[in-house]
Amino acid sequence: MRKALAVGRKEFWQIVRDRRTLLILLFVPAFFLMLYGYALNFDIRHVRLAVMDREHNADSRDLLASFVNSTYFDIVATPTSMAEIERMMNTGEIRAALVIPEGMSRDLRTGHTAYVQVLINGDNANTATTVYGYAQAIVRGVSAQLQLQLVGGRGFAPPIMMEPRIWYNPELQSTLFLVPGLIGFIVMISSVVSTSLSIVREKERGTWEQVRMAPISTVSYVVGKTIPYFFISLVSAFLIIGAAMLLFELPVRGSWLLLLFGASIFIIGALGTGLLVSTLVDSQALAFLISLLISLLPTFILSGFIFPIASMPAPIRVITYGVPARYFLVILRGIVLKGLGFGMIADQFLALGVYSVVVLGLASVRLAKERG
Amino acid sequence: MPAVTVRDLTRRFGPFLAVDHVSFDVEQGEIFGFLGSNGAGKSTTIRMLCGLLKPSSGTATVGGIDVGRDPEGVKRRIGYMSQRFSLYELLTVEENITFFGGLYGLDDRTLAERRAFALDMAGLKGRERTLTRDLAGGWRQRLALGCAILHEPRILFLDEPTGGVDPVSRRQFWLLINRLSESGVTVFVTTHYLDEAEHCHRLALMHSGRIAALGTVSELKNVFAKRAVVEVRTASPMEAVRALDDLPSVEKTSLFGTALHVWLRPGQRATEPLRERLDGLGIHAESLEFVQPSLEDVFMDVVERAGGTAA
Repeated sequence: MRKALAVGRKEFWQIVRDRRTLLILLFVPAFFLMLYGYALNFDIRHVRLAVMDREHNADSRDLLASFVNSTYFDIVATPTSMAEIERMMNTGEIRAALVIPEGMSRDLRTGHTAYVQVLINGDNANTATTVYGYAQAIVRGVSAQLQLQLVGGRGFAPPIMMEPRIWYNPELQSTLFLVPGLIGFIVMISSVVSTSLSIVREKERGTWEQVRMAPISTVSYVVGKTIPYFFISLVSAFLIIGAAMLLFELPVRGSWLLLLFGASIFIIGALGTGLLVSTLVDSQALAFLISLLISLLPTFILSGFIFPIASMPAPIRVITYGVPARYFLVILRGIVLKGLGFGMIADQFLALGVYSVVVLGLASVRLAKERG
Repeated sequence: MPAVTVRDLTRRFGPFLAVDHVSFDVEQGEIFGFLGSNGAGKSTTIRMLCGLLKPSSGTATVGGIDVGRDPEGVKRRIGYMSQRFSLYELLTVEENITFFGGLYGLDDRTLAERRAFALDMAGLKGRERTLTRDLAGGWRQRLALGCAILHEPRILFLDEPTGGVDPVSRRQFWLLINRLSESGVTVFVTTHYLDEAEHCHRLALMHSGRIAALGTVSELKNVFAKRAVVEVRTASPMEAVRALDDLPSVEKTSLFGTALHVWLRPGQRATEPLRERLDGLGIHAESLEFVQPSLEDVFMDVVERAGGTAA
């Protein structure tokens, strides 16, 4: 064990000295989180909005205030004609315009429905539907409030309407769903790649042979080598979670301790995978390629990160049982978003544990064989 | 008791016989050279002696320990240094020493003592914090040697230790090796540099998995004692080879750097027939004199007799 610690200390020095690798291990994951987080983000804020208010009274000002307070819209212009709105839309000065018609208050108070017009730049269909959804939600909110206030003076017809189509989730939780997947994805790749490379590098440079001449068993050498990577991956995982909390308001509703436990098992499995790769190949280039292939694609496609497993064809679904990120994602989403306790996701922990044991077992067998 | 005893040591890789019933002893404190071209079986033998590779048959004991039965016990007792001076380039001089000390399980006090020794030996005092990758070849080599003997092994294996190092550093290195040998450490060196082999007390020449010749440097050179070797210096060596090859008194000729070595048949001592033949063909010879056979002569001869070619 003393010897394994000596190896661990050496590996740690090496990593610290190799600034590039350390940066990759610690900060690139968080950087990736931002990159992917924003790229995969379906939420849009601060939409540049033009307002043409033809009513100019308390009711119209209430409606405008709702738009501003939502933070989804910034009022950047108050044009006075449709032609002006058209020009602004064409130049990209605004992405949306709200037109409040004359006589809105009168309609409201006479039991009629007042129609407000929302114009949305449709060049990006995704953004447009999102913006449309926001406006819809705001208008309906105001409408519902007015309904309560005016209940005596009118029937059940909604006071204000935009359009009767509703198809956006007003909770806008897309990022929260994706971020746990990203965390698993990033941790998996960096752990597998860094472990496999660090061992294969020693084979290439000949230090592996030198160490094998020393009275230390291969297993304790490998254990010593992976200790620093375990801690670095763990720190990296929690850095990503921290970044996600800061940038995407990711809540952590469950137990941090349980989260630590789940992340530890997952990382051990990932390190084991990297170890197994390193026993199969002798060049860094090949190790890198194989590590990426077996960690990137399955974790991206087959873990439920983006595509729901339930909607996969049966043979593919079977394959997903061999992808550790699949279990980790359920654990992560369960703890972070739903605040689940251990009992609810014990089976996932078990599956993850089985994966780690199997992979480490295979790697040990391969390592023992190398002794010839 | 010899430091290393090898009896009928054999290793197969599938149908290929890499080491074929090799037997020899190495005495304590001896510098024992293991010579041979690439693929002759040197590395396989050394790997078996270091406990890295199990013998297919035969036995070897290193420091009294059977390598087949207790490879870990062997590893504790030996030092090993390869031609690649396998140090960690991103670690400092001091960190490399600390790491290898830890690998051999040295306690803190012993480690401090041995660290000072290794630094002194490598001439790296005051440069403890230099990154190993910034060291020149000679220093790196001496540091690797220092790391290999931190645990004070009685037997040291050097696998082609001076590749890629300048001649001055090479000489310094051999001075260190001689000092170790004088203090009783057995040094087992593999090399394919023949000039390096001259530093060894005894030599084994390996060819095709077997030991083709074994003895002291002078014993091996004595193989030629009965035959004279004449060195011919000429501006046109190729023509000279053709001219001298079929003389009745000549056994064979070989190009030797810029000169020509002519091996006379046993009992022949006369250089006149050579001179006459060359003059007759109008080939000018600058000099024609008897020389001591070099190890390279021995090596070529052994390999030729074994029916192969030297690489």
